Amino acid sequence: MDILFLLIPFSVVLVLVILGGLWWAVERGQFEDVEGEGERILRGD
Amino acid sequence: MNPSNPSTAVYSDTVVRQFALMSVVWGVVGMLVGVIIASQLAWPELNLGIPWLSYGRLRPLHTNAVIFAFGGCALMATSFHVVQRTCQVRLFAPALASFVFWGWQAVIVAAAISLPMGYTSGKEYAELEWPIDVLIALVWVAYAIVFFGTIGTRKVRHIYVANWFYGAFILAVALLHIVNSVAMPAGWMKSYSAYAGVQDAMVQWWYGHNAVGFFLTAGFLGMMYYYIPKQAGRPVYSYRLSIVHFWALIFTYMWAGPHHLHYTALPDWTQSIGMVFSLILLAPSWGGMINGVMTLSGAWHKLRTDPILRFLIVSLSFYGMSTFEGPMMSVKTVNALSHYTDWTVGHVHSGALGWVGLISMGSLYYLIPRMYGRNEMYSVKAIELHFWMSTVGIVLYIAAMWIAGVMQGLMWRSINPDGTLTYTFVESVKATYPYYVVRVLGGLLYLGGMLVMAWNCCMTVVSGRSARAAIPLPAAAHA
Repeated sequence: MDILFLLIPFSVVLVLVILGGLWWAVERGQFEDVEGEGERILRGD
Repeated sequence: MNPSNPSTAVYSDTVVRQFALMSVVWGVVGMLVGVIIASQLAWPELNLGIPWLSYGRLRPLHTNAVIFAFGGCALMATSFHVVQRTCQVRLFAPALASFVFWGWQAVIVAAAISLPMGYTSGKEYAELEWPIDVLIALVWVAYAIVFFGTIGTRKVRHIYVANWFYGAFILAVALLHIVNSVAMPAGWMKSYSAYAGVQDAMVQWWYGHNAVGFFLTAGFLGMMYYYIPKQAGRPVYSYRLSIVHFWALIFTYMWAGPHHLHYTALPDWTQSIGMVFSLILLAPSWGGMINGVMTLSGAWHKLRTDPILRFLIVSLSFYGMSTFEGPMMSVKTVNALSHYTDWTVGHVHSGALGWVGLISMGSLYYLIPRMYGRNEMYSVKAIELHFWMSTVGIVLYIAAMWIAGVMQGLMWRSINPDGTLTYTFVESVKATYPYYVVRVLGGLLYLGGMLVMAWNCCMTVVSGRSARAAIPLPAAAHA
């Protein structure tokens, strides 16, 4: 099962990247006025 | 209006049109190959003694055509459409987007030629040999640049939820493709996987299940989150839920792969991880389904008259069904019965025909007329016909495979009192025959529906004209 030496560190890095993405989104105000954003796509086009 | 910024700024929709139409074309091709191979299983004489038409070579042509050609073009068309509309900005690097289109068609043609010729790496959903894998990687990098570049130059601060799903799909597929395709070339169309034995199996099914989770699920959930609200005229039921289930889904999917390897040489603890995470996956998956279906709150009556909405909502029912069935089949004891049987095939097709197929069709029925300056398709009645043909086709297909699969599993494990096997393998093959015939019928109906769609698209395109859609000026004040 030597492949685990690749897969596990890889997966940990991936989780950190994902958490980083989540942190970025929260920091950049992506989750303010959530309900309004749902409505927005129905206007215009 | 600002005179130095002529409001003739238009969205970059040429590539959207190209991908949308090719998606329909490849859908017909991929499903036709599917009907051919289904027929070959029922009537092996249809292999005709010709290597290029033999089942073994045509099967990966079918899977690649429906997933990457049909599904891939639908995802690329809709992602380029959605990212522009929700970011209110033209596509980033439209020339690169054009390369993505032509490059992807080249990949598909290369697959259509090389697979019947027998060139294969033997890895499921990753059969294409290394030169084509390199082309895929180049096209994919270009795709990522165009998509994320468009988000980066957005005029709207918020990134609409569909774009998160599309973005996760694009990044995950890049990762999966590169890792699983690592191989040592040994000739122009021959290579050896960097991994071996059960370790290769583990990498392969880490790839395979994430292909399902990110290509066939996350990507199409992105589609769902835009086209259902647009067609229903209602916002997503719970935007909050869409965010929560997105993060839960992308985290959990990565660990489900081992459920393809129950009772194999893969270590028990790895199998258990796959099983547990697959069960957990039920929750975020159903979060998406519920969110999509409940978006119709206040608009249920539209289902009575709008066949496009029916495609979209029924697709979610099949999604819910498949994401319940999948976790059940991931349980080791259930898997001991279902593995290697046609139940797996039934499960795949309820997800593929039911979820992926129907959501794509509904979304394309929304998108295509608007790309040609029309409000709806040439024939709404034809959409209705397509809906019924596909739905009946799906039900026939999966019911036949469920019965065949459970029957096979029971026959294979049946032991006589003296400890010998009750049935020979070939007896189970013989008993499966009628279900293979019903499956051909189901597939024919589904293909027939696709042909109705192709006709309708032709008529819509010739009776419309390529629309140039103006980009709205950024709203002066928004909530």
